[in-house]
Amino acid sequence: MKTVIDAHNISKTFNPETIPIHAVRDVHLHLERGEFTALVGPSGSGKTTLLNMLGGLDKPDKGNILINGVDITSLTPNALIDFRLKNIGFVFQSFNLIPVFTARENVELIMQLQHRSKSEIEERVRTLFQEIGLEDKMDTRPAQLSGGQQQRVAVARALASKPQFILADEPTANLDSKSATKLLDIMAKLNEEENITFIFSTHDPRVIKRARRVITLVDGQVHSDTGPIDTSSDHFNTIEKE
Amino acid sequence: MWLLKLSWKNMWRNRNRTAITMTAVFFSVILSILTNSLQEGVFDNLIKNVVSFYSGYIQIHKTGYWDEQILDNTFENSQELQDQILQLENIDAVTPRLESFALASSDTLTKGCMVIGILPGKEDAITQLKNKVTEGNYLSDGDLGIMMGEGLARRLKLELKDSVVLIGQGYHGAMAVGKYPITGILSFGQPEMNDQSLYMTLANAQVLYSAENRLTSYVIGLENTNDLDPTAENIRSSLGDGYETMTWEEMMPEVVQHIRTDKGSMVIIQLVLYMLIAFGIFGTLLMMMVERKYEMGMLVAIGMKKFKLMQVMMLESLFTVLSGCILGILASIPIVVYLYKYPIRFKGQLAEVYEEFGFEAIFPTSTNPEIFLNQGILVLILGLILSLYPIVKIARINPVNAMKK
Ligand SMILES: Nc1ncnc2c1ncn2[C@@H]1O[C@H](COP(=O)(O)OP(=O)(O)OP(=O)(O)O)[C@@H](O)[C@H]1O
Ligand SMILES: [Mg+2]
Repeated sequence: MKTVIDAHNISKTFNPETIPIHAVRDVHLHLERGEFTALVGPSGSGKTTLLNMLGGLDKPDKGNILINGVDITSLTPNALIDFRLKNIGFVFQSFNLIPVFTARENVELIMQLQHRSKSEIEERVRTLFQEIGLEDKMDTRPAQLSGGQQQRVAVARALASKPQFILADEPTANLDSKSATKLLDIMAKLNEEENITFIFSTHDPRVIKRARRVITLVDGQVHSDTGPIDTSSDHFNTIEKE
Repeated sequence: MWLLKLSWKNMWRNRNRTAITMTAVFFSVILSILTNSLQEGVFDNLIKNVVSFYSGYIQIHKTGYWDEQILDNTFENSQELQDQILQLENIDAVTPRLESFALASSDTLTKGCMVIGILPGKEDAITQLKNKVTEGNYLSDGDLGIMMGEGLARRLKLELKDSVVLIGQGYHGAMAVGKYPITGILSFGQPEMNDQSLYMTLANAQVLYSAENRLTSYVIGLENTNDLDPTAENIRSSLGDGYETMTWEEMMPEVVQHIRTDKGSMVIIQLVLYMLIAFGIFGTLLMMMVERKYEMGMLVAIGMKKFKLMQVMMLESLFTVLSGCILGILASIPIVVYLYKYPIRFKGQLAEVYEEFGFEAIFPTSTNPEIFLNQGILVLILGLILSLYPIVKIARINPVNAMKK
């Protein structure tokens, strides 16, 4: 197994001068390639803060984070942007897509930023849209897509850059249950078939159920961690049995 | 290429905002072209009236004439001298004049006037005097009649075909007396000219003033009126000390002063205008940044370098401002041309003040293409400087904060 995320003792405090909020406290986290991990916990427990730090969007006050062996807490701002582009795929809660671009153009954008060749981009875009089941919506603007479809395109975009892992902060929060299930189906399938690493936060019990590892945060600290559950057979059932 | 595409598409995403920015730029360009073209036009017109229709752009006199304008300060007319001037660069034409004061009398009234002896054909070529004839005919060579300004005619209560008696002092103190039929009435925009000028042929004037073959001045027509000073300098060094070469600016410093003062106050008006323009454009940029904050944060989050994002924004501003500028320039052309053909005319007190100073009370525009280009470029630069604001904002963007609802 290859280590993708190795976070040591990270902490983040907001407003340290006035009323300090210890959003994340002394968190250790170790994520292997191919994991499908859910980050859960009550509102305000620090999920978003932790994910932002793991994704290199925010810096911890203490501790360090190794992604694929690189300490991202020591990178310059510009190097960090580049690192994100090459190593991390992002799916945000909503409004992931640029409204003036079609679905296809949104996915292409990230590969153009990576200076991929035209033929490679074309081929990969086709594959990605097949995987998310939206081949017929490639040339549609985000506004003409449903929320679930938009999130699927966001997954395709996150995947397009061939990242080390995909990070998703409440990707299903704005979706109806049917769309949420569909999105999870796609994510799980990508994880199983292509060994794509996912870490996502969620409040939704149905989503939690499908994770292969669940880390629970309470007050910025890891309250419990199921650890990687190896389910070569059927991981959904494994979780359900617990 | 995709950067260009993103900018282009962004420009059309919020058509209203783009339209507002473009409109702001559009009207800014029109306003600034119009004020400038009016300003230039007024001065051009002024110079044309005061300078071109009478003094010419450059005059050559006997040294000392300008300070003491008497017939004793005249010089001998000679074809060689004229040829010498004509072969210099930028000289279009030369016409001789003999000018002096005289008292003009009708049966009952006497008024002072300025007698100007001219070669009718050459004079017209330089000062378009023929265009000023409103009644009767323009002078011809060998004509025995005279033309006078309509103001002078009115003051003397004379009409076409009446006779006028001139009395004055001739060359070397000789007596100058003559009686002439009025064969033409002239109308000048400039009141002083209108009320005092009296034209006759050069030959008649030389006879009247007993100044055979003598002149007070050569009036010079230029090919390019912008090269005034170098041309005058050229003539000066060619003719030597016996002659004084003067530009209209030297002959009429008060006009130059007036233009300078007016231009000074125009600068303030223009500064205010540019400030309004700047606020207009800035407002729309502000709107845009608020609207796009989330998306920009998102793009930086997924790995778009800030520099790339700045390029997108810069291109977008360039498209918007440039289109506004071009449209503004295009739209201002017919307006300026219309106001050139049908100039704004002052009325009432303002007009009187102007006429008192000897200026024609109209506001024509200048159609000088440089104005369109300069003002267009100025607003473009203003727009581009202002679009540094989003650039600075992008440089400071923090994706986490930008994406917070
Ligand atoms: N920029 C900030 N400034 C100050 N406090 C912040 C900031 N961001 C987060 N916090 C605080 O840090 C704590 C953790 O917030 P965080 O958003 O990580 O929680 P969360 O688990 O994602 O919550 P939710 O489930 O509601 O999304 C909260 O108390 C929050 O108010
Ligand atoms: Mg959150």
